[in-house]
Amino acid sequence: MHDVVTGEKVFDASAGRAVPPQPGLRKPVILGNKTYRDVTSDICSQLDQKASLSWWAAFLVSLTVLAVGALSVGYQVLTGVGVWGLNNTVGWAFDITNFVFWIGIGHAGTLISAILFLFRQKWRTSVNRSAEAMTIFAVICAGIFPIIHTGRPWLAFWLLPYPNFRGPLWVNFRSPLVWDMFAISCYFTISAVFWFVGLIPDFATLRDRTAPGIRKRIYAFLSLGWNGSNRTWHRYEKVYLLLAGLATPLVISVHTIVSWDFATSVIPGWHTTILPPYFVAGAVFSGFAMVLTLMLIVRRVMRLEEYITPHHIEQMCTIILATGGMVALAYATELFVAYYSGNPYERFAFVNRALGPYAWTYWIMISCNVLVPQFFWFKRVRANVAAVFALSIFINIGMWFERYVIIMTSLTRDYIPAGWSGFTPTLVDLGTLVGSFGLFFTLFLLFARFLPMVAIGEVKGVLRYGRSVNGGA
Amino acid sequence: MSRRILVNVFGSEEDIVGAAARAREGGYTILDAYTPFAVHGLDVAMGIRPTRLAYVCLAFGLTGAIAKLGFQIWTSAWDWPVNVGGKPLVSIPAFVPVTFEVMVLFAGVGTVLAFLLRSRLFPGAAPKATYFRATDDQFVLVLEERDASFDVRNVEALFRPFKLLHLEEQIVRE
Repeated sequence: MHDVVTGEKVFDASAGRAVPPQPGLRKPVILGNKTYRDVTSDICSQLDQKASLSWWAAFLVSLTVLAVGALSVGYQVLTGVGVWGLNNTVGWAFDITNFVFWIGIGHAGTLISAILFLFRQKWRTSVNRSAEAMTIFAVICAGIFPIIHTGRPWLAFWLLPYPNFRGPLWVNFRSPLVWDMFAISCYFTISAVFWFVGLIPDFATLRDRTAPGIRKRIYAFLSLGWNGSNRTWHRYEKVYLLLAGLATPLVISVHTIVSWDFATSVIPGWHTTILPPYFVAGAVFSGFAMVLTLMLIVRRVMRLEEYITPHHIEQMCTIILATGGMVALAYATELFVAYYSGNPYERFAFVNRALGPYAWTYWIMISCNVLVPQFFWFKRVRANVAAVFALSIFINIGMWFERYVIIMTSLTRDYIPAGWSGFTPTLVDLGTLVGSFGLFFTLFLLFARFLPMVAIGEVKGVLRYGRSVNGGA
Repeated sequence: MSRRILVNVFGSEEDIVGAAARAREGGYTILDAYTPFAVHGLDVAMGIRPTRLAYVCLAFGLTGAIAKLGFQIWTSAWDWPVNVGGKPLVSIPAFVPVTFEVMVLFAGVGTVLAFLLRSRLFPGAAPKATYFRATDDQFVLVLEERDASFDVRNVEALFRPFKLLHLEEQIVRE
């Protein structure tokens, strides 16, 4: 009998015994020779303690930044989108850049929870809970931008096909913007469901170890009556596999559809078939950089060094290196195709990117996304937490600029030079961008405070990987 | 009605898988096992039939896809046709993305709801029974004592190769 997910032999029918994982074949996923009990108490005790001073400091800073964002958005909604730096030529700028950036960040969470699950990567168990949380918060941040970009967010429900008194006049299902609305809302729902399903057994663990009181009642409510029954676990595993199988094409479709917002238009630099794979690779690249940024802070502050080990960091660096290579290839292909197409507008769009008035943004993008990941070839860099942290921040910056370059250089100078223009962000633009980070970190800090940061049940399942049979547990 | 059960507590996944396999071979009725995580191989050892949730998933996915495709054709070509840039009213390729998204939404949410319903899990539900530290670090195998010939000593002998931490008879009312 072989495990449906890992393909390893787990049950020897002739001997009537389980086959323990073979030591020495793999590196242990969790360090510190922990018992199952240790895992429960390590993760749950974080929730029993009062919030630390550093948590409060981080939370107050995030909340302040969120307030800046709320003020900016409030001012913009009350006044109109004219308070942004938009003009007749440039109708999309910071708003759509931020939208694409945040959606991309979210994709690493789904990659870890679904795609690495299908690829039988055991190390994902230590990081999947927080990466999925990151996905949900990033999609919330992303979803705000198209809504406030409409200028009248109280009418955003017009994007939904609902029976109305105007005919009913339905939405245009041939429009990529409608596809986008469906893609983002389905993605958010499926991510949230996936996340909650993963949390159910952990809520039961928390319920059973918490002393009677309001917290126990909340955990009991959320645990849905879970008691670890193996008949339920058996179905649960199947549901998890099905959700992973559904989320994998979903995540690819979401960023593909986001890229179609651009690719189906006729703007030079946007109207290309390379955009979907280019966007998906970039999304995973930037998402993993954000996962690393967050995880390196979390493992230090929450003392999870034995759960998020140097091995995990190295794996994530390797994924960044691979997807960074894809992104670099996409940049090169774009340049070549623009040259080879013989289309003067396409050629101009790319010359303008590299040498025009916004060349500085292009070169920030190239240095952060093509040059910086090359450091990850060296094992000494991958093993150096401070270096990995710094490099992950550069990649976050680079990927924000990638979206800015795509939107800005193509829109400011398209066909008729008389229609050309420039773009300067206003304070409201900057406040909204910064505020979205405030929202993201506020939500993430609340998550770290009230929910188990590591999937307790899943970590227990891989606890004995690479260990001797009698060691630890 | 009440019935007698024998609760066997083990400390490791290998022990419970082996014990479940032996208990089934020995003709005992395994009511259920309670474990802190999904122990791979235990479903086979217990003889649990494969779940049919994959068919539920397929059915929900197909329903979502057909319903959404039909809805798009109905709204775009039938209920209020609007000529958008001379494109055909029934533009199947342009309807694919939304059809796909709704298919995934139906399949995912439907499967989870079917799972929760089938496993009788719902918000605020009290667990049917909790055994020892089965959500922490213990692996519990529950056998039914069907008749008077059931002898705990036989079970103890049967489980001798495995490290049995604790064993206890209970009466449950249903």
